[in-house]
Amino acid sequence: MSILGTRVVRTEDPVFLTRGATYTDDLTDERLTGALHLTLVRSPLAHAEITSIDTSAALESPGVVAVVTGADLDIAPALLFPGANKAMTRQFLASDRVRFVGEPVAAVLTEEFYQGEDAAELVDVEYEPLTAVIDPLEAVRDETLLFPEAGTNTAAAYGHGTEPDPSWFDGCEAVVTQDIVNQRLAAAPLETRAASAFWEGDRVTIYLSNQNAQGGRDEIAGWLGLDKDKVRVVLPDVGGGFGAKIGSDPEFALVAWLARRQGRPVRWNESRSENMTGMVQGRAQRQTVTIGGTREGRVTHYRLDVVQDLGAYPRLGTALPVFTRMMAPGTYDIENVESRARAVVTNTTSVAAYRGAGRPEATAAIERAMDLFAAEIGKDPAEVRRLNVVAPDKFPFQTKGGAEYDSGEYAKALDLALTEAGYERLRAEQKARRERGDVRQLGIGVSSYVEITGGGAYAENASVEVHDDGSVTVLTGTSPHGQGHATAWAMLASDQLGVPLEKVTVKHGDTDLVPQGGGTMGSRSLQTGGVAVHQASAELIDLAKQRAADLLEASVDDLELDPANAAITVKGVPGAKSVTLAELAAAEPLKVDTTWDGEKPTFPFGAHVCVVEVDTESGKVTVERIVAVDDAGPILNPLLCEGQRHGGIAQGIAQALLEEVLFDEEGQPLTGTFADYGIPSAAELPSFDLVEMTTPTPINPMGYKGIGEAGTIGSTPATQSAVIDALSHLGITHIDMPLTPLRVWEAIHSAAEGSK
Amino acid sequence: MIPLAFDYARPDTLDDAIALLAEKGEDASVLAGGHSLIPVMKVRLGAPEFLIDIGRLPELSYIRLDEAAGEVAIGAGTKHRDVVNSELLAAEVPLLPAVARTVGDPQIRARGTLGGTLAHADPAADLPAAVLALDGTVVLQGPRGKRSVPIGEFYTGVFTSVREPDELIVEIRIPRCGDRGWAYEKFTRRSNDWGIVGVAVSGDRIGLVNMGSTALRATATEQALAEGRPIAEAAALAAEGTEPPSDTHGTPEYRTHLVQVLTRRALETAHGQR
Ligand SMILES: Cc1cc2nc3c(=O)[nH]c(=O)nc-3n(C[C@H](O)[C@H](O)[C@H](O)COP(=O)(O)OP(=O)(O)OC[C@H]3O[C@@H](n4cnc5c(N)ncnc54)[C@H](O)[C@@H]3O)c2cc1C
Repeated sequence: MSILGTRVVRTEDPVFLTRGATYTDDLTDERLTGALHLTLVRSPLAHAEITSIDTSAALESPGVVAVVTGADLDIAPALLFPGANKAMTRQFLASDRVRFVGEPVAAVLTEEFYQGEDAAELVDVEYEPLTAVIDPLEAVRDETLLFPEAGTNTAAAYGHGTEPDPSWFDGCEAVVTQDIVNQRLAAAPLETRAASAFWEGDRVTIYLSNQNAQGGRDEIAGWLGLDKDKVRVVLPDVGGGFGAKIGSDPEFALVAWLARRQGRPVRWNESRSENMTGMVQGRAQRQTVTIGGTREGRVTHYRLDVVQDLGAYPRLGTALPVFTRMMAPGTYDIENVESRARAVVTNTTSVAAYRGAGRPEATAAIERAMDLFAAEIGKDPAEVRRLNVVAPDKFPFQTKGGAEYDSGEYAKALDLALTEAGYERLRAEQKARRERGDVRQLGIGVSSYVEITGGGAYAENASVEVHDDGSVTVLTGTSPHGQGHATAWAMLASDQLGVPLEKVTVKHGDTDLVPQGGGTMGSRSLQTGGVAVHQASAELIDLAKQRAADLLEASVDDLELDPANAAITVKGVPGAKSVTLAELAAAEPLKVDTTWDGEKPTFPFGAHVCVVEVDTESGKVTVERIVAVDDAGPILNPLLCEGQRHGGIAQGIAQALLEEVLFDEEGQPLTGTFADYGIPSAAELPSFDLVEMTTPTPINPMGYKGIGEAGTIGSTPATQSAVIDALSHLGITHIDMPLTPLRVWEAIHSAAEGSK
Repeated sequence: MIPLAFDYARPDTLDDAIALLAEKGEDASVLAGGHSLIPVMKVRLGAPEFLIDIGRLPELSYIRLDEAAGEVAIGAGTKHRDVVNSELLAAEVPLLPAVARTVGDPQIRARGTLGGTLAHADPAADLPAAVLALDGTVVLQGPRGKRSVPIGEFYTGVFTSVREPDELIVEIRIPRCGDRGWAYEKFTRRSNDWGIVGVAVSGDRIGLVNMGSTALRATATEQALAEGRPIAEAAALAAEGTEPPSDTHGTPEYRTHLVQVLTRRALETAHGQR
C-alpha cells in the first residue's frame, strides 16, 4: 500500500516539542560571535517632517557603538513593490519625512541587547507634524498627499479605464448594493521578525525569518546594489508567517548594511510592540458590491468596487486587488461581471499578504452580495446559491473575472455541507426560537467558495539524491514555516524510491544549497514543489534503471523498482539479480535536479456552514458549529491537511468576530498589544466538522490543489452571514466585520430604535 | 519592551520588607506577582528604581477562618490560584474563588496575588468589585503600625487608594456569607480577557467592574431591592451614578446597557431565579 494519503505523524515535531526549534534569534553560528545588537528608533507620529535628529546623548549611553541615521546611508530609497507608483519609495531610515507610526528613523548599535532601548530613548528627533490620512476613502480624494512628488495617493488602479455605466443594471428585476469593510488584520506570527548578518570578504550571509529565501535574497541584493551571488540568505526554523514574511523587509537589508559599515556581525530581533506596527498587515479593503438578477433568483449582474488601503509604502498589498478582481464572481456563473480597484497609500502600517491574500476579500464580497440578493427577493440563501453555481459539466470554466477554473463540483460541496449541518432542522429551530422570542437567537450562515492556489508562480524545482548509505536528500525551493514539508516531501520521495521515510531528509531555505525557489505562499507548495519532488524521484528511478541495465545485463524496459529493497531488479523474475540504489550511488553520484511547471494555477473550492447563537441582550456571539467541506483534490497527508484547515478556520472566524487593527484619527495604533488585538483562543472556537470531498485537478499528474488558505476563505463569510442571519427578523441585513459584541449590540439597538 | 534598570531586594520577613520600604521611600515599589507592575515597567510607563519582592513571603500567604470575628482572613500574598482552589473560601465566601477563577488565564492566576490586584486599584480588575460586594476589609501595615480600611473607603480613583506609599496591604478580611446567594457575571470578548463590564453579587450587595474610576457599588439597585422592588426593575438602575469609560471594546452607552443586563442576570442567579 502506498504511503500517500495516510496519516503520517509529522517527523519534525519531536524536535519542536522537546528541545525546541532554532529560530533566527537562537542561532549560535560562531561567525555571529561578537555581534552588535540593533535597536531601531521608530517614529511616534503617523505623518511628520523630520526637522532634526540629535544623536549625541545616545552616543554617550553605555555600550553604544554607533548611532546611524538616514544621513549616513548610501543606499537609495527603494520602491518596495515594483508595480506601484514610482515616486512612492521608502528610505531605509527616514530622514526627511515619516509616514507611519513605527517607521525607523535611526539605528542604535550596542554591545549588549539590553543597552539598546535605553540609548534609543536618548536619540532626540524633532518632528513637524503633518495632517495624517488614515481613512483610505479620504486618501482617494488626494487632498493631503503622502508623496507630494507622486501627485496622488493612488499607487495603482485596476479596471478604471472606463467609467461605470449607470444603466448597466437596468434590465434586472432586483438590484441590491452595499458598502462593505473588509477590515485590516495583523498576521501576528509567534516569532516576530528577526535577522542577523555577517560578511566574509565582499559576500554577506543573512539569517532571516522568512517564507522565501531566494526572493528575499534577490530583493536585498537589489536594494544594496550587490550581485545576487554576493548575498546568501539562510532561513532557520520559522515561527509562523501567514503571508507577512513573504519578501524582504527593509530592516533586513539595513541589518546587512550596518554589518558592513561596522565591520562586525549585527543581530536584530524586534519586540511584539514593534511587530504590531512594523510588520506588514493584511486585508484592508473597502468594497462596494452591487448585485442584480431575476426575482426567481438568477443572478445576472455583479459589480465590485474596491479601495485597497496600502498603508504608508506600497508593498504586496498593491497586488491584492488583482486576486480580488479575478475571483470576484466566486463559484457563480454570472453573465455580467465588472470590477474596479484603486490602491491608495495612507499613514498607517504597510499592507501585504495575509492568509488568503485577496481571495477572502473577494469571497466575503460575493457571499455578502448573495445573501443580500436572497433577502431582497425573499428566497433562502442556500437555494439562491445552488441556482447560480457553475454547473459541473462546464469545466474548465472561463469566468467573467478572467480566471479559468480547472475543476469543480460546487453544488455537490454545498449540498454536502448543508446535509452535514442538518440545514432544514436548523431552520426549524431558528423559527421556533423566533416565535418564542428567545433571548438567544440562532443564525445559520452558508458560504460557497472557490479560490486560486499556486497563482503567479507555477513552477518549482526539486533535487533528489540517493547516497551510498541508502539515505536520501531532497532539496526544495518551497519554504515550510509550520506546514510540514519535511514529512510531506519525504512521503513523496519514499513512495517513488522505496526508501523508508526515516532515511529521507528534506532541506530548504539556504540560497547556496537551493539557488532558485518560489518559497511557500499562496498555498502553492504541494501542487508545485511537491509535484516536483515526485517528478524528481521518478526521474531518479529512470536514471537508476539506465545505470543498472549494464550491471544486470537487461534492457531498461525490463527493469523495475523493487520497493521493498529500494533496488532495481528484472521484471517478473523471482530471485533475479538486483542492485540497490545505494550500490548505484556508491559507484557514481545518483542525483536528479528537475523543475516541474504546472503552467497554470488550480482552483480549490468548498462550502462552509456556520451556526451561531447571538445573545440579543448583550450582542455576544457564540459559534456553535462550523461545517467545512474543503476540496483540494487528493490529500497527501490528512493530518497535515486537517491542521491547515483548523488553523485557517480559526483565523477566518477570528476575522469575522474578533480581529481588527485600529488606528485613531491621528494614526496612533489602538491595537498594539495582544490585550487589545483580538486573537481567539481555543475557548472561543467550537470543534470543527470537517467533511472530505475529492475533485482532482487536471493541471498536475497527482491531481493536487492547495489547502493552506481555504479555511480563512470559506469560514469568514459563513460566520459573518450566520450572525446577520440570526438578526434578520429584526430587519438587519448587514453588519461589518468584526462582529464584536459592541457592534452587534449597536446594530440590534439601532434596529429597535428604527422600528419605534 | 525592556524596563529601565532597577535594584532589587527580597527581604526574608514582613518586618524587613516594611523597614526597607520606609527606607527607600517613593523610589521603591513592592513586587508581588508582578503581573501588573512588570507590564507597566516594560512599556516604561513606570520606572521604580528599587523593587522589594514580597512575592515569596510565607507570612503573607495564608487563608484562615477567624471564628471569633466571623470572618475569613486571607494573606495579601495569596495567589489567585490558591483562592480559586480553597475549599474554605468555597464554603465561606464562595463568590471570591468564583471571581478569582475568571482572572486572566492559568499563568496569570499562578502568579498574581489578591493583595496585588487590590493595591493596583485598576477599575477593570475583577477582585476589587468582588471584595466590595463581600463587604471586605483591607488591612494595611506600615512603620506606624496596622490599620483596617473597609473596602468601600479604600479607593480614591484610577490606580489610587488611601494606602500610604510606606504601607503594605497585609491581609484581606471578609465576613462569612452563610447561605447568602451569590453570582458573578463577567462580560468579555474572549474567555481570558479583562471584563468589558462585570457584576458581582453577594446577597443584595452589588459590586461593579469597569463602570467608573474605581470598583463601584450599584447603590440605586441595592436600594430598590431593599424596598422590595422586583429584580428586573432594580437592575434597570444599575448604571445610576456610574461613569463608564470608553474604549475600543465598549462605549459608555454600551456599558450602561450591559451593566443592567448583567446585574439582572446576576441577581436572578443569586436569588435562584435562573
Ligand atoms: C495578560 C494579563 C491578563 C490579566 N487579566 C486580568 C483579568 O482578567 N482580571 C483581573 O482582575 N486582572 C487581570 N490581570 C491582572 C492580574 O490579576 C495581576 O496579577 C494583578 O492585578 C496584580 O497582582 P500582582 O500580585 O501581580 O501585583 P504586582 O504586579 O506585583 O503589583 C501591582 C501593584 O500593586 C503593588 N502591590 C502589590 N502587592 C502589594 C501589597 N501587598 N501591598 C501594597 N502594594 C502592593 C505593587 O507595588 C504594584 O504597584 C491580568 C494580568 C495580565 C498580565
